[in-house]
Amino acid sequence: MTTPTMLKSAVAVALSSILLVGCGEKPSTEEQAPLVTIDSNPFPSTYQVIEYPPVLIQNVTILDGIGGKVENGAILMQDGKISALGTNINAPSDAKVIDGKGKWVTPGIIDTHSHLGVYATPETNSHSDGNEMTKPVTAGVWAEHSIWPQDPGFSRALAGGVTTLQILPGSANLVGGRAVTVKNMPNRTIQDMKFPGAPYGMKMACGENPKRVYGEKGGPATRMGNVAGYRQAWADAQDYMENWARYEADHKAGKNPKPPKRDLQLETLAGVLNGDILVHMHCYRADDMGTMMDVMKEFDYKISSFHHAVESYKIADKLAEADVCSSMWADWWGFKMEAYDAIKENIPMVHHAGACAIVHSDSDLGIQRLNQEAAKAWADGKRVGLDITEADAWTWLTSNPAKSLGVFDKTGSLETGKQADVVIWSENPFSTYAQAEHVYIDGALVYDRNAPDTWPVSDFELGQPGEGDAK
Amino acid sequence: MSTVNKSLIAAVVGASLSFVAQVQAENYAITGATVHTMDAAGSFENGTVFIKDGKIEKVIDGQASTDGYTVIDASGKVVTPGLIGALTSLGLEEVSMSAGTVDSRSEARDISQVGAALDVSYAVNPDSSLINISRIEGITSAATSMSRTGQLFGGQGAIITLGDLDVPVIKPRAFVSTSVSGHGADANGGSRASLWVQLETALDEVQAATTQLAGYDKAWHGLLSRSDLKALKPVLDGNVPLLIEANRAADIRQVIGFKQRNPSLNIALINATEAWRVADALAQANIPVILDPESNLPYNFDELGATLENASRLEEAGVMVTIGINTHNIRLAKQHAGNAVANGLSWEQGLAALTINVAKLFGVENTLGSLAPGKRADVVIWSGDPLQVTEAATQVFINGEKIKMESRQSKLRDRYLNLEQPKPMRYVRP
Repeated sequence: MTTPTMLKSAVAVALSSILLVGCGEKPSTEEQAPLVTIDSNPFPSTYQVIEYPPVLIQNVTILDGIGGKVENGAILMQDGKISALGTNINAPSDAKVIDGKGKWVTPGIIDTHSHLGVYATPETNSHSDGNEMTKPVTAGVWAEHSIWPQDPGFSRALAGGVTTLQILPGSANLVGGRAVTVKNMPNRTIQDMKFPGAPYGMKMACGENPKRVYGEKGGPATRMGNVAGYRQAWADAQDYMENWARYEADHKAGKNPKPPKRDLQLETLAGVLNGDILVHMHCYRADDMGTMMDVMKEFDYKISSFHHAVESYKIADKLAEADVCSSMWADWWGFKMEAYDAIKENIPMVHHAGACAIVHSDSDLGIQRLNQEAAKAWADGKRVGLDITEADAWTWLTSNPAKSLGVFDKTGSLETGKQADVVIWSENPFSTYAQAEHVYIDGALVYDRNAPDTWPVSDFELGQPGEGDAK
Repeated sequence: MSTVNKSLIAAVVGASLSFVAQVQAENYAITGATVHTMDAAGSFENGTVFIKDGKIEKVIDGQASTDGYTVIDASGKVVTPGLIGALTSLGLEEVSMSAGTVDSRSEARDISQVGAALDVSYAVNPDSSLINISRIEGITSAATSMSRTGQLFGGQGAIITLGDLDVPVIKPRAFVSTSVSGHGADANGGSRASLWVQLETALDEVQAATTQLAGYDKAWHGLLSRSDLKALKPVLDGNVPLLIEANRAADIRQVIGFKQRNPSLNIALINATEAWRVADALAQANIPVILDPESNLPYNFDELGATLENASRLEEAGVMVTIGINTHNIRLAKQHAGNAVANGLSWEQGLAALTINVAKLFGVENTLGSLAPGKRADVVIWSGDPLQVTEAATQVFINGEKIKMESRQSKLRDRYLNLEQPKPMRYVRP
């Protein structure tokens, strides 16, 4: 997308005003001002792949993240990418060769739902930057502007094999703002960890939270108030898009139209309606999700994933038909009324119905062992006759989340040409006792459980008790 | 015999369910399993557990005559004592937020100036859905307690059974809790400088009031209410454990000093995030801990030293570790213990942290926590290693009763396992 700066446009508008005042000419005959366009990427990623020699891991059990399992497998990572996968691969002369007998290799885990950085530890008021609880629709705020890259939680998640995560605003608002997908490689600024080329997400929330937060602050106070709020927001966004379309058409026709006033809220909502931004919607109850799938059709947008979705099992067929993913916990429940009907077989039941199932964390602890969450769900499914292979269950952790974040062309599976986001597990990762021993991001070893001197330590933890300790 | 039938009998004969359970309970022999008794007897690869009259009769290595017992074949499975929820609000809380009364949280009232008198044994609801949901996953009893009082003490907790008894409280007023962490300070004057003086003063008053509180005709001019004094007297005597939440090493050292000044106190720590830093002193002071081994983040400046190795380092120093802080998901205590084992705790102590250690901490090891003759027959048959996330309880016995492995959640699951139904789901009765 072409991106002339706003400054240039502003100058152009100012110049045309001067002309207008100075010469007293009619607008129809004035010189046409340059077309004003909006920079869709004002905070570009500055993520840098770490240089690392080629790595050949062999003699391992591989789950490729798209349902495949390779016994005695091998994988070669080169120049940040997966360059070969199979059973017998010749290593380049400069490659590090790892014999992984007894170990398992998977794609790096992708968490669709994290608040690391926006609700950082320590959990001081100063770090509470996740919910812009000032009005029910705050589509104009961006989570990345709240993320504290020094959150110690990123490194804990890394030790759990998480290589990519989406960081979202909280769920207080009907529309909470933009979410951002990052590589789990925090650095000095947030731009340094932004996943290059990943589309934005937009957080929305159903149900209890918005009505609880705004019930006595002007509304919405009810679920029907919530839905009216979403629909009005979409209607406003449609109007905004039409204003811009008219402006662009008039400009193209040689006229000199005044550009619409820029509105950051409507800009993000319009980004969803034109397909650039993916909706991630906090929604627990089946009926709430059913309603939102109709709102989705009414305004012709796509809900990429419902989040939490504890009742997805009740409407798994409808979710499959509408092609909406569910990002779920294995077993959280009961902390509020809309989480009362959660069951442990939710994830395998959604999978079994042919819908897209994702294991998510929404937790700085849960994100450290998402493999165990998948393992529990997998085993619970098996016990009620939902016989899913471990290889298929691993799709909940990598390929399905990658698809819902719009990055599956880049990561989320072990396929030649994809980014080498790879984990070596000490044993079958469906075991409580499995540890992520090596974590690679873009082919570089960024966590080595057996080399404490290399473990990442955030600025916050330097010089404090426990600095560099086994965490 | 189903629960319903038992209830009918109970109603007919006018006896309590516990009476029925004791007198008419079936006797069971669980055979062929790997049995971990968590007692001096140790573990047997092919053991038999005999349950008689609601109690463990004996556990033997190998087979023996099972005449007169209903045999439960547990070949290839693992048998352990029922797990004890170490710190929960089970029975006090149905839905945590915006859904009616939550008995684990209270506001201050004059009757208790410091919150010590609050007594959860009045509030336990055995019909709470959490009971069945937890017990079919191996939790057979629990310590249950207030989660928030906003006062100096967190009230008097109770030990409850998750079995089918009309009266679930096994031991009322089983412990008193408090907090000397930042949380505790925040709720009690905003500073440890105030909090600790309150705590010391409270104990001083209990000491002073012991002889004065003969009756209401006697004047009492202390800060504590009479009900608080009554609750704290057995704490001072060491008959009721005092659970103290403390996280940073400095606070834990204060607790150790507190115990040295008041040697009669029976103290256990809650959370104890940085306990590993003072592990030797804790072992020497004989102070056990209830911890969440997965808590490895610096949630505040009290927890900078948080590590997944807390449990294993405490074990190494000789501190008794218990695991299981949760309410709705106390069933995940076994996963917590598994993760402690993954980070260095011995497997044996991982299981002990869910069973016998908890019983010892609360002083109920004569009736709970191991498969020893005469103890309540709380027994779990597992599909495999209970600390593995992929293994589960296949049959649970509580007070010698083979409980129905069913909960509100399992019914919801069974209703929706097949979405293609001729009538709306309300008509589907699994």
